[in-house]
Amino acid sequence: MNIKKYVAYRLLSSFFVLFGLSLLIFSLSRLVPGDPARLALGPMAPQWAVDKLRAQLHLDEPIYIQYIYWVTNVFRGNLGQSLVTRRGVFSDIVEFFPATFELVIFSVILSTSLAILLGVTSGKYANSLWDNIVRITSYVGIAIPSFVWAIMSVFIFGYLLRWFPTLGRLSSGALMPPKVTGLLLIDSLIAGKLDVFRDAFYHMILPGTSLVISRLAQEARITRASVVENLHKDYIMAARSFGIPERTITLKYLLKPSLIPTVAVMGMDIAGSMGGSFIVETIFNWPGLGRYGMSAMLSNDINAIVGVVMLIGVFFAFMNILVDLITAYLDPRIMMKLRSG
Amino acid sequence: MNTELMKERWKRNWYKFSANPLSILGLAVVLAIILIAIFADFVAPYPEHAFVFVDFKNAKKPPSLQNLCGTDMAGRDILSRIFFGFRYSLVMAVSVLSVATPPGVLLGLIAGYMRDTWVDTIVMRVADVFLSVPSMVLALAVCSMLEPTLYNAMLAVTVMWWPWYTRLVYGAASSIKNEYFVQAAEVTGASTFHILFGEIFPNCLSTIFTKMTLDVGWVILIGSTLSFVGLGAQPPTPDLGTMVSDGSKYIPAQWWISLFPALFIVIIILGFNLLGDGVRDMLAGD
Repeated sequence: MNIKKYVAYRLLSSFFVLFGLSLLIFSLSRLVPGDPARLALGPMAPQWAVDKLRAQLHLDEPIYIQYIYWVTNVFRGNLGQSLVTRRGVFSDIVEFFPATFELVIFSVILSTSLAILLGVTSGKYANSLWDNIVRITSYVGIAIPSFVWAIMSVFIFGYLLRWFPTLGRLSSGALMPPKVTGLLLIDSLIAGKLDVFRDAFYHMILPGTSLVISRLAQEARITRASVVENLHKDYIMAARSFGIPERTITLKYLLKPSLIPTVAVMGMDIAGSMGGSFIVETIFNWPGLGRYGMSAMLSNDINAIVGVVMLIGVFFAFMNILVDLITAYLDPRIMMKLRSG
Repeated sequence: MNTELMKERWKRNWYKFSANPLSILGLAVVLAIILIAIFADFVAPYPEHAFVFVDFKNAKKPPSLQNLCGTDMAGRDILSRIFFGFRYSLVMAVSVLSVATPPGVLLGLIAGYMRDTWVDTIVMRVADVFLSVPSMVLALAVCSMLEPTLYNAMLAVTVMWWPWYTRLVYGAASSIKNEYFVQAAEVTGASTFHILFGEIFPNCLSTIFTKMTLDVGWVILIGSTLSFVGLGAQPPTPDLGTMVSDGSKYIPAQWWISLFPALFIVIIILGFNLLGDGVRDMLAGD
């Protein structure tokens, strides 16, 4: 199987899994007690209006008919109407997704690079003071839920030290750069506004760290373990006996094989951040998909919930395939299996 | 197995477990939390403050000798409520794991033993569906469609938890099925039931048990997150997540209302994680 075939196979199996996910989440959303139409219109709405909305949403028909309606609409790019915002769920998602994408990618890059830095330095100097500090801190870090870190960091870094802003994507006075990608860090650079870039960057620090605090600690541990394991391999000893400088050994021979386990869990990382974004975005008032999904969930907006969950499923499937390809690139053994098997 | 051998085994396990002082620390923290949860009525300084209680004269008092963690917006002692909160965290973890593990393990055993048949395909693809979105998103979605109560939060976490055990046991069972002792049992005409539960299952036990101890912290984490967003236990239940969320409105002036419960959530999870690591080291290579 070559790489192209492998990707095609993965895409096909993801398609079936996503089909299953749509069945699961759709039937869950229709089996709930309570009338979504009544919830959308409020307790004061007259019965005829509720009946009209029920008919509009096909809520009176059997569930498999409703599902067929829904699927045909999905293939037309229509995820239904949000019962709260009264707009198309698809256009809502398109509007809110970039903010979440930017935050998740930022925090995953932040956590992976910090974890590699901490893991490699503490593994290289195992049992030193620095190693012990990193190990103890990472034990504690793993145990911190993202909402706890969010609340604590808002208090410490937002109010006491006043280092970072605690709400939104930009300060209230700042002008949004013209929308190109929807990612503020990139758009502000395109517009050439460095102050907006700095402002957007500062706004990302607290929510970004909250999303990944426990995974960062976990990854630092994984990296450390794999560095310690590789440090005693024969090829490192051989490199040393050749008199190759320690620096070159670390950067050239030790780093690449040691990073494989860290990169392999990046997919889980993205998943964790996507899940965490529901809570973190709500706390930091971040105008993204997580906050949108959370408010949809709290107001029982079924079309929006189904839409958001499906989109996250699609995003997650793509990211997993991407991460597997990166791992294959780092690990020649996997690459060989893909090429031959 | 005679008692002498059992004793020897326990001794060896304890030796392996206690080799790491952090495991002992974890065990101590977990034992303390369990004892406090059971005897909350006796150890809490103000047990009557746990549920509905109002004393506005003493509301929002900072930490002092009378109230070690201060008082909340209704004048209730926060430390007492934290002690009662331990109960809900533990009940959550115990019920989720004891309900989610058996079906997850059973499905994994069957699918692993019948590897490469239609049973394997169906079971594992269904598990894939449940794992195709981040577990937190699925738990939130299920939770939001039900009435927000502690029981429904447990139900939501259970729904997303079983596939992990299915995957774990599937991997173990599909390799154990090729061992000679399983083949010998097959040749002598043992029933499928006997092979699954008499031959394969006992060999998966230490893996399952290790995962369960390591999972306690995660279940508590997700449970407290659900109640933090208002989809779990409702006030006046003294749930740690709910307490953090209620108190967060008073940050920064009355920081203690949410920061102390938050701190204890970290301590509980840390304790169970350290204990879990110790159990894993103890059972590894057994």
